[in-house]
Amino acid sequence: MFSRGDPQWVLRDLIDYVFVVWRCFLSAENAKIIQSWGARRDETTVARTKKPPVDRRDFLKLAASGATTLMASPQVVPAEQRATEPAATTSNGAEVMTTDRAGSDFMVDVLKTLNFEYVVASPGSDFRGLQESFINYGGNKSPEWITCLHEESSVAMAEGYFSIEGRPLIAMVSGTVGLQHAALPIFLAFQDRNPVYVIAGNILDVEERRPGADWMHAAQDVAAIVREFTKWDDLPVSLGHFAESAVRAYKIAMTPPRMPVVLVADGGLQERPMDPGAKVHIPKLTLAAAPRGDSGAVQEAARMLVAAEYPVICVGKTVTRTAEGIKLLVDLAELLQAQVTGANFPSRHPLSVRALGNPDVVLGLELDDFFGTVNSVRDQLHKTTTSGVRPGTKLISVTPMDLYLKSNYQDFQRYQEVDLALAADAVATVPSLIEACKRLITPDRRIFFRDRGAKIAAAHQAEWQRTREEAAYSWDLSPISHARIAYELWDQIRNKDWSLVVGGDENEWSRRVWNFDKPYQYTGFNVESVACKAPVAVGAALANRKYGRLSINIQKDGDLMYANGVLWTAAHHRIPMLTIMHNNRAYQQEMMHLQRMSTRRNRDVTTAHIGTAIDDPNIDYAKIAQGMGWYAEGPIADPKEVGPALKRAIAVVERGEPALLDTVMQPR
Amino acid sequence: MNHDLRNRRLVGMGIWAFVVATVFLGCSAARVESGQQASPTEAAPSGDAENGKAIFKKDGCYECHGYGGQGGVTGARLSANPISFAAFVQYVRAPKNQMPPYTAKVISDKELADIYAFLHSLPKPPDVKSIPILNE
Repeated sequence: MFSRGDPQWVLRDLIDYVFVVWRCFLSAENAKIIQSWGARRDETTVARTKKPPVDRRDFLKLAASGATTLMASPQVVPAEQRATEPAATTSNGAEVMTTDRAGSDFMVDVLKTLNFEYVVASPGSDFRGLQESFINYGGNKSPEWITCLHEESSVAMAEGYFSIEGRPLIAMVSGTVGLQHAALPIFLAFQDRNPVYVIAGNILDVEERRPGADWMHAAQDVAAIVREFTKWDDLPVSLGHFAESAVRAYKIAMTPPRMPVVLVADGGLQERPMDPGAKVHIPKLTLAAAPRGDSGAVQEAARMLVAAEYPVICVGKTVTRTAEGIKLLVDLAELLQAQVTGANFPSRHPLSVRALGNPDVVLGLELDDFFGTVNSVRDQLHKTTTSGVRPGTKLISVTPMDLYLKSNYQDFQRYQEVDLALAADAVATVPSLIEACKRLITPDRRIFFRDRGAKIAAAHQAEWQRTREEAAYSWDLSPISHARIAYELWDQIRNKDWSLVVGGDENEWSRRVWNFDKPYQYTGFNVESVACKAPVAVGAALANRKYGRLSINIQKDGDLMYANGVLWTAAHHRIPMLTIMHNNRAYQQEMMHLQRMSTRRNRDVTTAHIGTAIDDPNIDYAKIAQGMGWYAEGPIADPKEVGPALKRAIAVVERGEPALLDTVMQPR
Repeated sequence: MNHDLRNRRLVGMGIWAFVVATVFLGCSAARVESGQQASPTEAAPSGDAENGKAIFKKDGCYECHGYGGQGGVTGARLSANPISFAAFVQYVRAPKNQMPPYTAKVISDKELADIYAFLHSLPKPPDVKSIPILNE
C-alpha cells in the first residue's frame, strides 16, 4: 500500500495537477471542470471539435512521453517554435475548417422559442457567430436584425418597443465597450420597470481570443458594469446552460417588477461546432403569475375606500401599460365614483382630474414616487417639505417594488409612511379589490358616490375649459407655444389611430388636450435623462408599424444631439413616425438650475446660458434629418405655418416614411 | 444631468399649481381685506416696457413664464395677471414657493418696474371662440 507521502503519490498528484491546468487552458469552462473533475462531461463539451477532447487517460500518455522529453532536454522552446494547438482532422488527416452546425445556431433555436420579433444591434466582433446565425441559419426572421449606429440606441429602442408591444426584443451589444455604451439606457429601463433583454458578447477562453482587440474587449465578469441596475445576469458556459439561462432570463425580466436582464453569449460557445448528434434540452417558458395582494389587506383597503369622503386613486405608469389595466382602473373608479389622477387613465373620462384635490384616502397604485405625489419639496437655500394632503389622510400603497429593491442607485425615492401596504402587482390585485368594495357598498353609499361623481365631473369639465382659455394666451406667440402645437396636432390626428410614443414635460399640453384612452397612446415612459428619447421613440414606432399606427414623438433638441444616428435606423428600416422638434435651443432645465444658483448667491443671473444654450450657430435639425434620409421641414417659427406643415408631414408618414418638423418653440 | 423630480410628477405639478394659485389668490384676498384697489397698475412707477422685455429675456424670466408671460410647466402665467406692483415686487424678492428669490443685488426696483410695464403691455389673448381649433 502507498502512503500519502510516498514518491508514487507525489508523482500522481503532480500529474493530476498538471492535467487540471492543461484542461483549464483547453476549455472555457475552467471553473466547471475543476468542480466536476472526473465527472461525465456534458454533451456540449463533447461537441467541441476544434481541439479534440483529451481525457485523463490520453493525457497521462501524453504527459508520460512529454515528461521523458522534458527530462532529456530541459531547455525552453522558443516561442516561434511552439507548435500550434492540434487542429481537428478528418480520417485522411486534412484539417477540418468548416462546420454545418455551430453553437450559435443552437442559441438561435433557443431564442426563437421566446418569440422575439427583432434583434437590435450595432455590430460587434464578439457576437459575430450569433449575428451570422440569426441572419443565415435563422433566416433573419423572428427575430429580424435591425441595424443601429450606437448601443445606446439599441437598448433604448428595446425600451420603446416594449412600452408599446408589451414583450421584449433582443438588444445585442458587444460585451465590454458595447455594454459601456448601453449602460445608460439599461439604467433607464431599470427605473422604468422595463424588461429589456440584453445579450452581450464576450470571449472568456483565452485560447479563443485573437491577439489585440479580442483581449481588449474581453472581461472575466462582463455584466458587472450593469449589475447594480439589472435584475439578473448570467454567463452560460455550455449550450445547455445557455438554453436554461435564456429562458430563465426572460421569465425573470417579465415577472413584476419587470426589469432588464443580461445574458452573456460566450464567443467560443458561439463559434465552436456543435455535435450533430448532440441533444440539448430547451426548457419550456412558463411566465410566473403576478403577485396578488393579501386577501385580508385587500378587504381592509376596500373598507377604507368605501368609507372615504373623497378618495383619490393615483396611478403609476406600469398599471396602464395594458388595456386590461386601463379597464380595471375605469371599473374601480366608476364603482367608487372616485377621482383618478396620473398615468394613462382615459383623459376625457369625467373622473379624470389632474390636480390631487383634497383627499382623505389616497390609493397609490405602483407609484414610482409616493412621497413626491403627496408632498412637495421647496427648492430654496433651506429645503422645506410641505404635505399636499390634509393631516389624517389615509394612504394605501400597492406595488411590487416592496418585493424587490436594490441599494446603490436611489431611484426608489424617499420613504413614504403609509397606512396600508400591499406588496403586489396592481393589475393582479384590483379585481379582488373591486369585488371587496362591491360587497361593502350600501345603497346609501351608492347615492353618496353618485353625488361625489357629479362634483368630480364638474371639476373635470372646469379643468378642460381652463385648458382652452390658457391655450389662447399663447396662441399667436413666436417661438411657437406648446399649446399651439398640441391643438394643431390634435386637429389632424383626432380621427386617426395615433400613438404618442414617449412621455416628458414637452408632452404636457398634449396630455391636457388629446383624448387618451388606449394603452399605446401614452406609454408613460418619461426619459429622466438626455440621450435616449429619440431611440426610445424609434423603438416604439417600430412596434407600432405593423399595426399601421401614426407614431408621434415631440423631441427635445438637446436630447436628439446625443444619439441622432437612430434617425438613419428609422429611415433604413422604413419605420414611419412623425417627429416634432421641441427646439428651444438650450438645455433649458439646466439653464434654470444655474439661474437658481445665481439668484440664491446674489450673483449675475445673465450668465446662465453659458454651458446650457445650444445656439450660435443654431442647429438645423431639418438638414440633419434630411441627411439621414428623412422628409423634413424647418426651422418653423411662425405658428400659422404649423398646421399646413403638419398636414404635409403626416401625409409622408402615412406613406410609410419618417418625417420631422423643426419647430422653434417656447422654452418649457 | 440633474433633474427636478417634482417637475416631472403630474400630481406634484397639480399640487404646485394649486399652491401658486393659492398664493396669488392670497395676495388678492389680502388686498381686498386691506381695502386696496385691485388695479393692475396700482402704485406702479412708470416703466420702460421695451427695456422690460429685454430684461425679461436676459434675466431668464421667460424660462419658467414663457416669452409672452403665458406661463409654463414650472411658472405661473404673468400676462393679464392683475396683481399690484407692490405684490409683484414682494413676490419676486421673497417668493413663497419654488421661484428663486431675486434680491435688489440681482435685479433693481427700476428693472422690475420695466418688467412690470412689459407685462402690462402684452396684448389680451384672443377670444377662445375666435379660434376654431379650440372649439372643436
